[in-house]
Amino acid sequence: MSQKPFLRVENIRKRFGPIVASDGVSLEIEQGEIHSLLGENGAGKSVLMSMICGMVRPDEGEIVFKGQSVRFNSPREAIRQRIGMVHQHFMLVPNLTVAENYILGQGSPLRVINDMDEVHAKIRELSDRYALDVRPDAIIEDLSVGEQQRVEILKVLFHGIDLLILDEPTAVLTPQETDRLLSLMGDLAKDGKTVVFISHKLDEVMRVSNRIGVMRDGRVVHTVNVGETNARELARMMVGRDVRMELPRSPEPPGHIVLSVDKLTCRAETGLPAVRGVSLYVRAGEIVGIAGVSGNGQTELSLALSGLLPVDSGRVILNGKDITGLDPARINASSFSHIPEDRHKHGIVASMSLSENTILQRYDQKPFASRGMLNRGVIGEHTRDLIKRFRIKSRDEDQPIGALSGGNQQKLVVARELARNPDFILVNQLARGIDIGAMEFVMEEMLKQRDNGRAILLISTELEELFAICDRILVMFHGEILGELPPDRTRLDELGLLMAGQTNQPALAS
Amino acid sequence: MDDMMFLTFLATLAGAAWRLATPLIFASIGEIFSERAGVLNIGLEGTMLVGAFCGFAAAFATGSIPLGLLAGIAGGMLFGAIFAFFTITIKADQIVVGAALNLLGMGLTAFLFRTYYVSTGKGIEIAQPVQIPFLSDIPFLGEAFFRQNLIVYSTVLVAILASLVLFRTSFGLTLRAVGEHPKAVDVAGRDVASYRYAAVLVGTGLAGLGGAFLTLGHSNQFVEGITSGRGFIALAVVVFARWSPIGAFFVSLLFGLFYALQLMLQAQASIVVPYQVLQALPYIMTIVTLVVVRGKGAAPSKLGQPYEMR
Ligand SMILES: Nc1ncnc2c1ncn2[C@@H]1O[C@H](COP(=O)(O)OP(=O)(O)OP(=O)(O)O)[C@@H](O)[C@H]1O
Ligand SMILES: [Mg+2]
Repeated sequence: MSQKPFLRVENIRKRFGPIVASDGVSLEIEQGEIHSLLGENGAGKSVLMSMICGMVRPDEGEIVFKGQSVRFNSPREAIRQRIGMVHQHFMLVPNLTVAENYILGQGSPLRVINDMDEVHAKIRELSDRYALDVRPDAIIEDLSVGEQQRVEILKVLFHGIDLLILDEPTAVLTPQETDRLLSLMGDLAKDGKTVVFISHKLDEVMRVSNRIGVMRDGRVVHTVNVGETNARELARMMVGRDVRMELPRSPEPPGHIVLSVDKLTCRAETGLPAVRGVSLYVRAGEIVGIAGVSGNGQTELSLALSGLLPVDSGRVILNGKDITGLDPARINASSFSHIPEDRHKHGIVASMSLSENTILQRYDQKPFASRGMLNRGVIGEHTRDLIKRFRIKSRDEDQPIGALSGGNQQKLVVARELARNPDFILVNQLARGIDIGAMEFVMEEMLKQRDNGRAILLISTELEELFAICDRILVMFHGEILGELPPDRTRLDELGLLMAGQTNQPALAS
Repeated sequence: MDDMMFLTFLATLAGAAWRLATPLIFASIGEIFSERAGVLNIGLEGTMLVGAFCGFAAAFATGSIPLGLLAGIAGGMLFGAIFAFFTITIKADQIVVGAALNLLGMGLTAFLFRTYYVSTGKGIEIAQPVQIPFLSDIPFLGEAFFRQNLIVYSTVLVAILASLVLFRTSFGLTLRAVGEHPKAVDVAGRDVASYRYAAVLVGTGLAGLGGAFLTLGHSNQFVEGITSGRGFIALAVVVFARWSPIGAFFVSLLFGLFYALQLMLQAQASIVVPYQVLQALPYIMTIVTLVVVRGKGAAPSKLGQPYEMR
């Protein structure tokens, strides 16, 4: 090709202590394309993108943008060159309005902000143009995750960029929101913008990309045109082997009831009713799924079950013991494991080490502690074992967990919760940033737990995940369980209708 | 007491309340700047003492009250610069450094005062009340609000100005964002540390001014520990005012009222409560309000946390 690429990354190296995050990575991106990046957890996708947008400085190598060698000392300099990034964690100040967030750091500090009309108008115009539905005077903390993400994207557009980098934007979105985002990316590309898209979901990548780069161990190892590949091949390039999408499971019938929930109601933090009389049971040796569009009470249901949200009425019985309204520590101690939806809030302590995070609930129990003293040796060994088994990419067990890549943090949470040998496991969004190879492994582990007679309740917005490992699927809508279906892909339509709140089966027949 | 006397009592009380609230207004508004940027400076007491001492020393030497006030501000800011260096640049714990500065402020001012001034025994000329024409002649109200010195009047200006800066300028917006989500500010291309330095310096400058008022506009002398806990009460005012400068103005007035009440009740021969109880009034009210308000809701979410860039 004689034409110079829009963005060229050449031989970039970046180390964090002994960890090589970028190992001489090179990458070329053409103007106006949607270029996806795939790779296992810790492959170095986020770090590479952070270097392109000025958040992190490379140790060696060159970035050439629009034919010019660039070296950014801050994201602001990158924005000035019209490169913008939407991060895995949003960069929005929660108690400010959308418009205030957009003008943050703009212009002279001494500037008096008296007239926001112009800013509001510009936001409205962009919002209309891309159907983003962003209100300039909305306060960030009142918005849902999906809305906040649109606010982030519009922020980048507001600053007028040519290259938009999206780091796992769909990990926190509902399928509907994902569809919307993917079509927005198409619109942006049509307007001549270039998009880099990071995702672990192969179907999304196949749907929107022009080209796909696969990263492994800090390098881009393959770049392919979307027309010349398929999901299976991509998976193989990423993981280096075939990934099974169907997992075998034993046909053992389930045993006794481990968890039963009777007419549970609770309110969301806003005070509005969120769970309205949910009844369900989970038996030993089965995985029960809860499907539903997010925001239909799943979050509150899982928080209420694990003691993180007060219960208004109803009962939760675990192993014949009433655990309704107990505090989280007592529930945890009742053989109850919880893989939470929001790992930063309920799953990990970012500044503490992997070791400390693995014993968060059991720090005072044998063998991790004796006579009030921690047994460092035992804890370290246990953590190293988990790191090895779950292939958690980390320097060692004493590294703060916050320094791990997102997917690797999630793997540690899963490893910890399964290692506790609970009778009941509550999972809300298993996948959250885990790569497909790790996902296969984690699902296998879940099935092993099931075959060992554990009861598992899996809340998910990903139907594929539910179909792959559940024995029964319940559908939640408006805080209620609307129905139950077997994990049968031929009944997808029925499931879709239930998820939309339609229970009148006759309508289906006609 | 007949009605007339009671009204006079009230007018005097209100006037005294505003005067006694003045150091609290300056210090708490200053602290709001600092805390809004995420820096909890519990070293206010020491800073105010330094302001009080510097103000006194400068006025003593030059005989000029404006110069004294400027020296008070400068002393506070110098102290603030030490605090900022340790907490922002070195990232030491804010509580520990703040506590250390309180001790340093008390010890240092006491030492310097004893060394250089205590033997002179002389005071200084304090700022005189300025009667606002016509308004000061209004019965009772005039007595309460329009016969104060210029420093007291200026609290209104400072509160309004602080509010405008915090909520109506780009600087204020960024400063507030620094206390909530410093990384967002970093990504937006502003230096978090500079904003925190600025916030701390504004804060300690105002605290120094509050201290200087004690020696230049209230008593005519420096006394060891002259602030007598006002720095700590200002911290409570900030919480009660929910980090709003205008709120801090009125909450300070409330505390000023407790101080004034305490003084005036002591002078009232008919009241038999031991004077120690009355003296404790402002402090008791501090505890009570903190328990009642308990408001953590409005606190900047990164309050007290150093910012690690990358
Ligand atoms: N600030 C940091 N300090 C230390 N190590 C880091 C830091 N940031 C990233 N790393 C390491 O660099 C490697 C690459 O991380 P990166 O976040 O780029 O992975 P990723 O490909 O985005 O993974 P994921 O899919 O899980 O998000 C990881 O091993 C990670 O632990
Ligand atoms: Mg990542």
